[in-house]
Amino acid sequence: MFPTPIEKTSRSWQITYQTLIPIVLVIWLLPLIAVAVFSMKPLADFTNGNYWGLPSTFEGFANYGKVFFESDMPRYLLNSVFITVPTVVGAVALSAMTGFALGVYRFKGNLLIFFMFIAGNFVPFQILMVPVRDLTLDLGLYDTKTGLVLFHIAFQTGFCTLFMRNFIRALPFPLIEAARVEGVAEWRIFLFVVLPLMKPALAALSVLIFTFIWNDYFWAIVLTQGPDSQPVTAGITSFNSQFVAQYHLMSAGSIVAALPPVAMFFLMQKHFIAGLTLGAVK
Amino acid sequence: MTTTAQTRSWYKRNEIAITPWLFLLPGLFFFAMYVIIPIFQSFWISLYEWNGLGKLSEEGEWIGLGNYERLLGGDRKFETSFWNNLKWLVLYLLAIPMGLGISLFLNQQVRGIRLYKSLFFFPFVISQVVVGLVFSWFYLPREGLLNAILAWFGSDGVNILGDPTTATYGIIAAGLWPQTAYCMILYLTGLNSVDPEQVEAARLDGAKGHRMLWHVILPQLKPATFIAFVVTIIGALRSFDLISVMTNGGPFGSTRVLSFYMFEESLSEYGFQMGYGAAIAVILFLIMLVFIGYFLWSMYQDEKGAR
Repeated sequence: MFPTPIEKTSRSWQITYQTLIPIVLVIWLLPLIAVAVFSMKPLADFTNGNYWGLPSTFEGFANYGKVFFESDMPRYLLNSVFITVPTVVGAVALSAMTGFALGVYRFKGNLLIFFMFIAGNFVPFQILMVPVRDLTLDLGLYDTKTGLVLFHIAFQTGFCTLFMRNFIRALPFPLIEAARVEGVAEWRIFLFVVLPLMKPALAALSVLIFTFIWNDYFWAIVLTQGPDSQPVTAGITSFNSQFVAQYHLMSAGSIVAALPPVAMFFLMQKHFIAGLTLGAVK
Repeated sequence: MTTTAQTRSWYKRNEIAITPWLFLLPGLFFFAMYVIIPIFQSFWISLYEWNGLGKLSEEGEWIGLGNYERLLGGDRKFETSFWNNLKWLVLYLLAIPMGLGISLFLNQQVRGIRLYKSLFFFPFVISQVVVGLVFSWFYLPREGLLNAILAWFGSDGVNILGDPTTATYGIIAAGLWPQTAYCMILYLTGLNSVDPEQVEAARLDGAKGHRMLWHVILPQLKPATFIAFVVTIIGALRSFDLISVMTNGGPFGSTRVLSFYMFEESLSEYGFQMGYGAAIAVILFLIMLVFIGYFLWSMYQDEKGAR
């Protein structure tokens, strides 16, 4: 293990280390902690210049209440849910299939198609912007959640295919061959042999894609406008112009917007990290 | 029913050849429609002057390489964006050593370390929009926390986002925050799989500290470093959210990057110059292509080795 395990070091370094970790953490998260405190302050604190002290009175409930009951925030949140969930399902389903095809079969063009998915996923969004916006307009899906979902599914399929294919590659191949010898149809092999083994990959991708899509901003402002279809990332920026300098409400709003992926991460940490670090360890 | 028997047997005989294509079809269709074809369309659109209304073939005016001539022939905004993109590329890479540093710091088995690790990872899970907002409050010229800290040390206040010479660096610093967290997680997982026997052997040979890190640990972290490079470079070239939220390109357009400038030209109050915007996107794409080519090449080497 590197660096030297802490148990093997001097007593004084052990104590220093134990006290250092929380201090470094607080510095690391300082901007975020500040915002969390912001969201519990009364407006008066900001007008009086008490930006960085403790709240003079606790207004957490009032602030979050305003965000939930007197703004468009709940609609934006709901939109985000309706955009994110179908995208996760769609992208994971499509890529489980493409990953199966690319991971199990040998055919001409296999590697080429695989690389096309990867390359497409690395592309800067901007090169897609004008044509995709056009396509969405032509389909009559501009400013709808469906339009956004369709694009997200397509784009995420690139990354997910990379992940799924490599995951399937690592499965024991004799299992599939045994099924073939038994005469099991190929699509049944997918459904009943491979898919059950893919559960960890499906979980990892679901959390990851959830976070990516929830946090997407660029496509939200390119393909939608207004509270009818925009997700919370775009919502919070219009919130920003509505509540200029009302830091207590803005920060409460930001925290609400940030919470779902954070909760997702804490609930599914193991899978999340497995997804992120794909290929980082052999 | 000889025909059904025949078709069935034909399918049966070719099942292994056909199945992968059936499984690929939906994914390929979506990906082609929304990703692959649009890339080529963008190239095509970039040869037109077009305001995005009506059909390109009817309303657009063919100007060949005109957009590129305009871009490269002294468009000041383009030059600023291009240089800022370079700054992003270079400085964003700092996330890699910083992430490595934090991961080495956290790679211990003490009580509650798992919670610490996940809290350190926090910034990455949050939307860049929120990160942008948080940092723009952090930088506020009079009331910002940064200036409160500086005042503590007796230093004068600074207006990071209001000053064209510092604004870009301020945004990059904000971007480094989540990116460092990402690299940290990559390295933490990498460190988990470092071979303890090799470390012990090196220790017996008297390797310590940074020599151990450089000669024994880092070579084993190569896959993690590779992924960290890939995601950091892509992140740097895609940077858009933070700029849009923190400065909207200002002050005086000093924080534009290509992706932001492209958006501005094609979809903002400055007009709908789709052709010109597409040309900017093409240039960004070509820059990225250098890296994509390299990534794919090194993945191909791996694949060859695996067979």
